[in-house]
Amino acid sequence: MWDRAKDIANTFLLTELLQGLRLTGRHLFERKITVQFPEEKTPQSPRFRGLHALRRYANGEERCIGCKLCEAVCPALAITIETEQRADNTRRTTRYDIDLTKCIFCGFCEESCPVDSIVETHLLEYHGEQRGDLYYTKPMLLAIGDKYEAEIASRRADDAKYR
Amino acid sequence: MDALIQTLNAQFIATLGSEVGPTAWYLAKTVTMILMVMLPVIFFVLYFQLVERWVLGWIQVRRGPNRVGPFGLLQPIADAIKLLLKEQIVPTGANKLLFLIAPAVAVAPAMAVWAVIPFSPTWVVSAADAGILVVLAMTSMGVYGVLLAGWASNSKYAFIGAMRSAAQVVSYEIAMGFAIVGGLMAAQSLNLTEIVAKQSGAYGLFEWFFIPLFPLFVIQFIAGVAETNRHPFDVAEGESEIVAGPLVEYSGMTWSLFFLAEYANMLLVAVISALLFLGGWLSPFPASWGILGEASILWFFSKLAVLMFIFLWIRASFPRYRYDQIMRLGWKVFIPITIVWIVVTGVMLMEPIRNIAPFSIWFGK
Repeated sequence: MWDRAKDIANTFLLTELLQGLRLTGRHLFERKITVQFPEEKTPQSPRFRGLHALRRYANGEERCIGCKLCEAVCPALAITIETEQRADNTRRTTRYDIDLTKCIFCGFCEESCPVDSIVETHLLEYHGEQRGDLYYTKPMLLAIGDKYEAEIASRRADDAKYR
Repeated sequence: MDALIQTLNAQFIATLGSEVGPTAWYLAKTVTMILMVMLPVIFFVLYFQLVERWVLGWIQVRRGPNRVGPFGLLQPIADAIKLLLKEQIVPTGANKLLFLIAPAVAVAPAMAVWAVIPFSPTWVVSAADAGILVVLAMTSMGVYGVLLAGWASNSKYAFIGAMRSAAQVVSYEIAMGFAIVGGLMAAQSLNLTEIVAKQSGAYGLFEWFFIPLFPLFVIQFIAGVAETNRHPFDVAEGESEIVAGPLVEYSGMTWSLFFLAEYANMLLVAVISALLFLGGWLSPFPASWGILGEASILWFFSKLAVLMFIFLWIRASFPRYRYDQIMRLGWKVFIPITIVWIVVTGVMLMEPIRNIAPFSIWFGK
């Protein structure tokens, strides 16, 4: 009887609705969690897997030895490699293409690489205006590696002690 | 102000002669008055949707629009330009005439009501004696636009939405009407300016009708939310069930006309609450407090701002009602409560009681 009366009183005094309103009202003044993207960015791990790059040694020689481990391990079959014997008898790639429309950014290529040649960088704000723009060839990948070498090396060094 | 009107009147008659002069003056004065009411309403609709997105954002711990112009203040302009430039699609099999007339039918009554709404004792197009009846009549007309839109679209979703909306508006109209009747009984007048005048007195806030008529005040506001098809009573639009109800097939300008009507109606609900129960432009402070105690349009606007904020607050807080629950609330809860409270109001107004202590504050004048 008493409970029933309390129920009816609660219904007519809108207590539950007012509780709900109080909750949302509190959130109105809470600190906003939105990250204002172009100006602010969320923190990025050194292991972040973004756009790919091919690295070189300090003397300018490209690291890739054409072992094709990355091509073999790639679950999306996004990597295509062709190799040849160079004049100094070393094996080098003549073709190293990554189709970024296929790539799933799993990082297996990077893990499998014995010479740390193919890496995934911190870059994520790239785009292509046509499908073809996202088909990255060897010169493009090398260019990215050359441009961001310092950044790539420092991130690798940060992560080295956890491997 | 009065002196300026007098001089302008004299100028009109002097330049146009005594035959054309008075008519031209009457016409010019009316058109100016209409503009003075319409432009703020349209401006309000433009900017209220920005405020709505801000408040919803803040309550959801986001920031809301802040990219277009400083603090996103140009966002409504950008939206308006986008809507104006959008293609107007008339679906196959739609009744083209009705489809294009429907937005106008929705927006015309929503705008026409403002003729009788006073913003201050002088800022009103027509201080009609039965102003509140015009308001009730015009808000009922609004449902035709939605019905026509749903019918003419030749779409199941639009049709279901229109039917839901019509049934809902008609149901809540009754509760709303009864709530307003209580206010009219308390004020003993149908004239909105007089209703506000009846709430003035030495005690400020405590003279307003929302104290003796509190249940009617709450019900009038909630029924208003339901009648404008706003959250949590927006089953007519019900994005998750029937896409956007009667508005599914509309785009661009026609869509934005419905939008304009909806927001103008929301403002109207807040205005009615403020005029009938919250003392319109009267100050909440006692008259003896000097400038703070004076009646001013700023008080009116701040009351509207609070009520409109409550609209958004409710929208951000509650999930959508199920349709049968809406009907239950309207018919089985609101209508009985309003009828009971009308009787209570009648008792409060009776001869010996109205002159006894607490009741004499409101009804003893």
